[in-house]
Amino acid sequence: MNSMNARAKELLENKTVNIIIGYEEGPTGIARPAFITDPATTDNLIYDDRCVQNLAVYLTKQEVKSFGKMAIVAALPVMRSIMMLISEKQVVPENIIVLGISTDGKYLDMADMSVMQGYIEKSVLTNPEKYKAALADLNRLNAEERFVYWEKELSNCIKCYACRQACPMCYCIRCSTEVNQPQWIPVQANTHGNMEWHILRAMHLAGRCISCGECGRACPLGIPCHLLTMHLTDKVYDYFKVNAGTSENMNSVLSTFEPNDKESFII
Amino acid sequence: METTGKLIRKQSLEKLYNILATGRKIYAPVPNSDRQTEYKYNPAYSEISYEHIRSTLSVKNVVFPKVENLLFFSNSKTETIITDIDLHRIPEVVLWGTHPCDNAAVDVLRSIFCWDIKDEFFSARLEKLTVIGLSCHLSDEFCFCTSVGLKPDSTKGSDILLSRLENGDYRADILTPKGEEIVSLSPELFESLSGGKVLITEVKQKFSHQQVTANLAGAFEHPFWIENSLRCIGCGACAYLCPTCACFDIQDETKGKNGRRYRSWDSCGFGLFTLHTSGHNPRSVQSQRWRQRIMHKFSYMPERNESLGCVGCGRCSSGCPVDMNIAEQLQELQSI
Repeated sequence: MNSMNARAKELLENKTVNIIIGYEEGPTGIARPAFITDPATTDNLIYDDRCVQNLAVYLTKQEVKSFGKMAIVAALPVMRSIMMLISEKQVVPENIIVLGISTDGKYLDMADMSVMQGYIEKSVLTNPEKYKAALADLNRLNAEERFVYWEKELSNCIKCYACRQACPMCYCIRCSTEVNQPQWIPVQANTHGNMEWHILRAMHLAGRCISCGECGRACPLGIPCHLLTMHLTDKVYDYFKVNAGTSENMNSVLSTFEPNDKESFII
Repeated sequence: METTGKLIRKQSLEKLYNILATGRKIYAPVPNSDRQTEYKYNPAYSEISYEHIRSTLSVKNVVFPKVENLLFFSNSKTETIITDIDLHRIPEVVLWGTHPCDNAAVDVLRSIFCWDIKDEFFSARLEKLTVIGLSCHLSDEFCFCTSVGLKPDSTKGSDILLSRLENGDYRADILTPKGEEIVSLSPELFESLSGGKVLITEVKQKFSHQQVTANLAGAFEHPFWIENSLRCIGCGACAYLCPTCACFDIQDETKGKNGRRYRSWDSCGFGLFTLHTSGHNPRSVQSQRWRQRIMHKFSYMPERNESLGCVGCGRCSSGCPVDMNIAEQLQELQSI
């Protein structure tokens, strides 16, 4: 990763950017987000198998944005999140430099967003392999069995909203859960209300989720809530042949009407 | 505190559990997958875990449930009828095998809930609580009880504290009248103790909490807070996993003419927590919320409640999705 570190150093030294968002090793050996502003400390940046968090979540965080121009270490899920955030007008492409990482962990020099788009287009865009077995298991259940499965899993939810906070696409300044006139989602964490929350979250992400799995990874209780959004990712592709986060100008599938949209889901 | 050390053999412990489980609710730790341990009411004895370092959630919900009804109401055209909760119906609960940090945490909660006005819901639950604690023979890099005035075999908060002996039997320290009461149910299970090595893990001290508290007094405007909270994503995982976090929200929920008022866990890490109706938010960014979290536990509570708001269980750090390692930050705060 020497080339990544060298590029980061150069970007800070010549003041092309003010901050680098990447990964560093914490004191317990966990790889965690790093925010580097001093060119002398770019050697702290790492990239290896432990670097799993989707860093794109920080692109819309007020205190990070206040640094101005930034560079971000981005493997495929982060690249797709950046694309999605650009298409939803949440980040300005000119303010971001991507320090790309290939699927086999090599540094990729990305001059601009069109290079990144080219890389995304030739990548595998389906749900990651490691989640496919769990998704297939759920699909084999009938609706009633699936309901029982989710009822049990979601009864453990404590409404800490780590799933929401970890998601780059959950950037709303005021989430539906924070609205109380009307109260869409109960404040308390009971099974029924938890299910309402997770279904609402999944529906808001349908066609926008890039299948990074960050929501499930963030959950302190180990609830596999990423399987809900990933299932919808499969459905959206089946119906509309669209993969989220593949271009700077995407129309959100569920908020766009096209005359040739399939309507087979209308009973 | 003077204690009476007794010997309770491995087989006797199971007998004691079964005696207690008849007619009482026992809350005991059970493994639920490779990496998590959860507490359950009255599990079969064979299910109970004695080998975990920390359960995912603490046991605070026994005295401070994640959702608790405060009253019920029904409206008619002319009046509102309020029905109080019958606190006498709160059942007796025995905590089984809870670690010293979690047992000490119940006392920290008491210092909050009974600080000025005695919270009747919390107090009623505390009164019905008996704690059979278990000293830690395992620990990991997230543990820091010894930095916050506790240790892996602290007796604070336990009515009986068990400690494992080398041969697999247990030493039982009977600490309170409630503990004596448990012994009296089956005195023959508690034999006299004649030595034997007690297995206690070693937890290295990482910082001086007195120094942290002293430094925090002048650190409100320090750049430390922004630098060290950029990666915080503002979820409530740390607060909800924490055995001493006590903030709650109060809501009314109605269905037709009837409704209830309840309280449920809340977290100072959420932006909504301090948002005013006017739109103004005195803690508008995450660094201010992170500062509040540490200040509350290590500066405001020592001053106001005469207790630290932390027992060093490490849950906030092991459960954090972005490795906001609190012990590491407190270590740094020692020398700012």
